[in-house]
Amino acid sequence: MIIELGHYALVLALATSLLQGVLPIIGALRNDHALMEIGTVAAKATFLLMALSFGVLTYAHVTSDFSVQNVWENSHSQIPLIYKFSGVWGNHEGSMLLWVLILTFFSALVAVFGDNLPETLKANVLAVQAWIAVSFSLFILLTSNPFNRLLNAPGEGQDLNPVLQDVGLAIHPPLLYLGYVGFSVCFSFAIAALIEGRIDAAWARWVRPWTLAAWTCLTAGISMGSYWAYYELGWGGWWFWDPVENASFIPWLAGTALLHSALVMEKREALKIWTVLLAIMTFSMSLLGTFLVRSGVLTSVHAFATDPTRGVFILIILILFIGGALSLFAFRAAHLKAGGLFAPISREGALVLNNLILTTAAATVLIGTLYPLALEAVTGAKISVGPPFFNMTFGLLMLPLMLAVPFGPLLAWKRGDLLGAGQRLFAAVAFGLVVGSIIYYVQNGGPIMALFGLALGAYMIAGSLTELYLRSGLGKVTGSVALRRLSGLPRSVFGTALAHIGLGVTLIGIVAVTAFETEHIVEMKPGMTTDAGGYTLRFDGLRNGNGPNYSEESGHFTISQGGIELAEVWSSKRFYTARQMPTTEAGIRTFGLSQLYVSLGDDMKDGGIVVRVWWKPMILCIWLGTVFMMAGGAVSLSDRRLRVGAPARAKKQKKPVLEPAQ
Amino acid sequence: MIRRVLAIVFILLSVSPVFAVNPDEVLADPALEARARGLSAQLRCMVCQNQSIDDSNAELAKDLRLLVRERITNGDSDDAVIAYVVSRYGEFVLLNPRFETKTLILWGAPVILLLAGAVAMLLAAGRRTGKVTGTALSADEQARLDAVLKD
Repeated sequence: MIIELGHYALVLALATSLLQGVLPIIGALRNDHALMEIGTVAAKATFLLMALSFGVLTYAHVTSDFSVQNVWENSHSQIPLIYKFSGVWGNHEGSMLLWVLILTFFSALVAVFGDNLPETLKANVLAVQAWIAVSFSLFILLTSNPFNRLLNAPGEGQDLNPVLQDVGLAIHPPLLYLGYVGFSVCFSFAIAALIEGRIDAAWARWVRPWTLAAWTCLTAGISMGSYWAYYELGWGGWWFWDPVENASFIPWLAGTALLHSALVMEKREALKIWTVLLAIMTFSMSLLGTFLVRSGVLTSVHAFATDPTRGVFILIILILFIGGALSLFAFRAAHLKAGGLFAPISREGALVLNNLILTTAAATVLIGTLYPLALEAVTGAKISVGPPFFNMTFGLLMLPLMLAVPFGPLLAWKRGDLLGAGQRLFAAVAFGLVVGSIIYYVQNGGPIMALFGLALGAYMIAGSLTELYLRSGLGKVTGSVALRRLSGLPRSVFGTALAHIGLGVTLIGIVAVTAFETEHIVEMKPGMTTDAGGYTLRFDGLRNGNGPNYSEESGHFTISQGGIELAEVWSSKRFYTARQMPTTEAGIRTFGLSQLYVSLGDDMKDGGIVVRVWWKPMILCIWLGTVFMMAGGAVSLSDRRLRVGAPARAKKQKKPVLEPAQ
Repeated sequence: MIRRVLAIVFILLSVSPVFAVNPDEVLADPALEARARGLSAQLRCMVCQNQSIDDSNAELAKDLRLLVRERITNGDSDDAVIAYVVSRYGEFVLLNPRFETKTLILWGAPVILLLAGAVAMLLAAGRRTGKVTGTALSADEQARLDAVLKD
C-alpha cells in the first residue's frame, strides 16, 4: 500500500509539473498575476510530492521489501543499513528519481527565494524547470518505474553491486547530481531570458550564484568519484578518461567557463549573448552526460539494442531540449543587446581567453568520447580513443591556460597592462623556477616535463597569492593595516585565489604521481619484505574472515623505515556471495601527502601471494587541490554582493536533499 | 552432492581475479620491461570496458602482454610491435588512434576550434575597438558636457 502511495505521488508530481510548465507562461504573456503565482505554488507542491515518492522508495529499501522489483534487484537483507539507504540511488531507476527530486528541489528554491525577481522572469524560469521535470518524470514512469511489484515476492534480494557497497556511493551520486541538475537553473534562466528577449541586472545577479553552487557541487562529486575509484578498483589509478567520467567532466569544463563568463557579465555587462549560449550548452552537456550513461551506448554499443526504449526516450528529450534551446537562441539572440566594451588586453579579455580554451577543451573531450561511436555508425570502422589521446590533447590545451591563470586577476577591467602584470608576477615566476631547480637537484635530474609541471604548479600557487599580497600592501604598510585591508576585500577575491591555488595544487599532485610513482610487483611469503618509496613493507601473513555478505582474505603488512616499525596495514580481497563477484580492498597508508598503496593479487601454488605495492608521491595533492577549489566556490558564494541580489545560498541548498524525506 | 560442490568450486575458480601484470610475466631486463609497460598502456584490452592491457585482469589482456614481451625480446622496435599487434587485432586495439583520413576530424577538432574561436574573438575585439573610436559625441552631447564641465 505504501509503495503504491509513492507511485501515486510520482504521478501527481507529473500532473503538478504540467501545471507549472503551462500556466505561468500564459500568465507571463497576459500579465496575469494569479496565473504566474500558480507556478510558485506548483513548484513547491511538485517538490513535496517528489520527496514523498523518493521517501517511499527509501522506505522500501530500508525495510527490504523484496516484493518491489527494484529492491529485489539491488538490495539484500544482510547488507549494512547505510548501503540499504545508498542502494536507493545505486541503480538506474532510483538514481533517476533522485535526479528529478533534486531538479524539483531547485525549482522550489527558485519559487521560495525568487520574490525579488521580476515577476515574468520568475514565472518563465519555473515553467522551463517544469518542462525538464515533466520529461524526466515521464521517462521514469514509462520506462524506468522503480515501484514495479513482483507477483511472488522472493525471500531474498540479489544484492547491491559489490563495487557500490562503499561510503563513496552514499555521497558521490547526490553531489554529482546537485552539480548536473544545478546547471538546469542556469539553463532555465537563459531560456527565460530568450523568451522575454531581454537580460537585466537581476538576471546576472541570479545566474552567478547558481553557477557557483552547481559548479562547487560538481567539483566535489567528480573529486569524490575519483578518490573512490582510486581506493576501490585496486590498481591505484585515479582518472581513466572513461566515457562515464568524461560525461561528468564535460559539463564541469563548460560550467567552469560559464562561471567566468558570468563574472564578466555581472561586473561589466559584457558577453551577455555568449553567457546565455554557454548556460544552454552547460546544461545540455549535463543532459548529454545523463543520456550517455543511462542509455549504455558508451559502455557497449549493443546495450541500446537490449533496452532501446530508455536510450531512445532520453535521446528524444535531449533533442527536444538542446535543439529547442539552440533554435530559440538562434531566433532571439539578436534581440539581446550586447553591452560593455573592452580592449583585448584586459580582465575581460583574459576571461574570454579562459572561455575559449575551456570550451575547446570541453569540445575535445566530447568529440574524443563520441568519435568511435560516430565513426562506426558512419563507416563501420572500429577505433578506440583512450587515455593517451586525451592526455596529449587536453594537456596541450591546459598548458597556456595555466600559464595565464595568475595574469587574469592582475589585469584591470576594460584596459589592462600585460607588462605591468608580468612584472608583478616576477616573484611568482622566480618561485616556480626555484622549486623546479630544487626538485631537479633532489631528484638528480628527472624528466624535464615533470620538472616543468611542478614549477608551473608552484608558479600558479604563488601567482594566485600575488593579488592578495599586492592588495594588502604588505611590505609597504604595517602588518595590522595590511590585515585590515585584506579583511576589507570582497570575499570573491579570496574565492578566486583559493580556486586558482587549488588548480596549482592539483597539478602538482598529478605531475608528481605520474612522473615519480614507483610500482613493485612481487610474490611474497610470510616474513618476506619489499622496499617502496623509502619504506620497507613486511608481509606477515594471510587471514580468512567473513563479513555480513562476503568472505574475505586479508593480508597483514608491517611498514617500517630504518628498522623502526611505523604502521601496519591490511589489504584484502573480498568475494561477495550473492553476486558471485570479487572485489579488492586496497590497503592504503598515508605519509604526509604521499601514500603507500598495497593490493593483493593471485594466490600462488607454493603458499605465496602476488602483492602489488605502489609508492604514490604527493598523490593527495590531486584531491586537496579540489578541496581548495570547492572552498573557493563556497567563499565566493558567501560574498555580500551575491547575498544582496540573491538570498538563495549554497549552504541551504545542499542539506535537505541528502536527507531522504520521510 | 559432489557435483554440486564441484560446481561451486568451479565457479569460485573461474571468477577469482587474475591480476594485471604478474611477477612471472616481468622481463628480466628492466629497460625492456619498461618498454613493454609503455606499450601495454597504449593497447586496449578488447574484452574490457575501456581498459588498457596493462591495467586489465582479463585472460586476453594477459595473452597480449605476453605477446608484446615476446616481440620485444625478439628484438622488435616499438613501432614494429604495435604494427604487429594491429595486424592481428585491428586498429581497435590502439588507445591512441592514428592520424589518418578517418581520424582527421578527431585530431583536427581541437586545433580548428581553437583557431576559429581566436579569429572570432579578434573580430569581435576589432568591432568593439572600432566602436569605441567611432562613437564621437554628438554636438548636443558635447554642449551638455561643456556645460557640466563649466560648473
